[in-house]
Amino acid sequence: MATDLLPIADAAQAVGARRTRIGIDLVQVSRIAESAARFGDRFAKRLCTPQERADIGAEPARAHERLAERFAAKEAALKAFDLCEAGVNWRDIEVRSGPGGWQLALHGRAAALAAGSATDVSLVLRHGHGHVLALVAAAPSPLN
Amino acid sequence: MSPPDSLTIDKLIRTVLKDHGRLHKDPLAIADQDDLFQAGMTSHASVNVMLALEAALDIEFPDHMLKRSVFATVNAIREALTQLPAAGGTQ
Repeated sequence: MATDLLPIADAAQAVGARRTRIGIDLVQVSRIAESAARFGDRFAKRLCTPQERADIGAEPARAHERLAERFAAKEAALKAFDLCEAGVNWRDIEVRSGPGGWQLALHGRAAALAAGSATDVSLVLRHGHGHVLALVAAAPSPLN
Repeated sequence: MSPPDSLTIDKLIRTVLKDHGRLHKDPLAIADQDDLFQAGMTSHASVNVMLALEAALDIEFPDHMLKRSVFATVNAIREALTQLPAAGGTQ
C-alpha cells in the first residue's frame, strides 16, 4: 500500500496562481531511520536547524519519527511554495510544534522568495502504517 | 591526489544510485538522460544520493544546487559535480 501511494503523495498541486497552493509528501519512518544510521548526524544536520534537532532529541525514543515529520513537512512546503527549483536549503524551512499546532517558519532565501505570495500557511502531519504524511496549504496574499 | 576523471565520476554516480537511489531500473544501465524520479527515486532517496556523493567526494552541494533538477538525471548530477572543485571541477 505505502509503495503505491508514494508517487501520488510525491506530487504538488497548484490550484491556480491566486488560489491556495498545496504540497504533499509521504515519508516512511523506517527509511528515515536507515538514513540516520547510514549518514549519522550528517543527515539531521543537513536538513534541520539546531532548534529542530533539539526538539527531535527531546524524545529519543521517537527521534526517527520526529525527523520524518520534519523532512516530510519541509518537502511539502517546498512544493506548496513552488521552491523545488529555487535552490533553497532545507534549514530555511523550519518546522515548529507548539500549543497551537504545527507551524512553519521561513528563513533566508525561502522567506525572500515566499514573501508576499502567501499569508496563511497551514501544516498538517498525520501518522499511520509506519509513515508520516505532511500537507502544507499556502493561501495567497490578498495584495497579489 | 588528482581529481577523478569523468569515467570514474560516472561510475561513482551510478554506484551511489544503486546503493541509495531506490530505482526500479538498474542504475548501472540507466541512460544518462533518463529521469531518475520517474525511475522510482523519491525526494528522500535523492537526499540520500546527495549525502552519499558528498561523503564520497568530500564536497558539499551549495544551496543554489539544491534543486530537484540537479539530481534528476545522471547527466545533471555529473554536470553539477564538475562545477565543484574537489570533484574535479574547474572553479
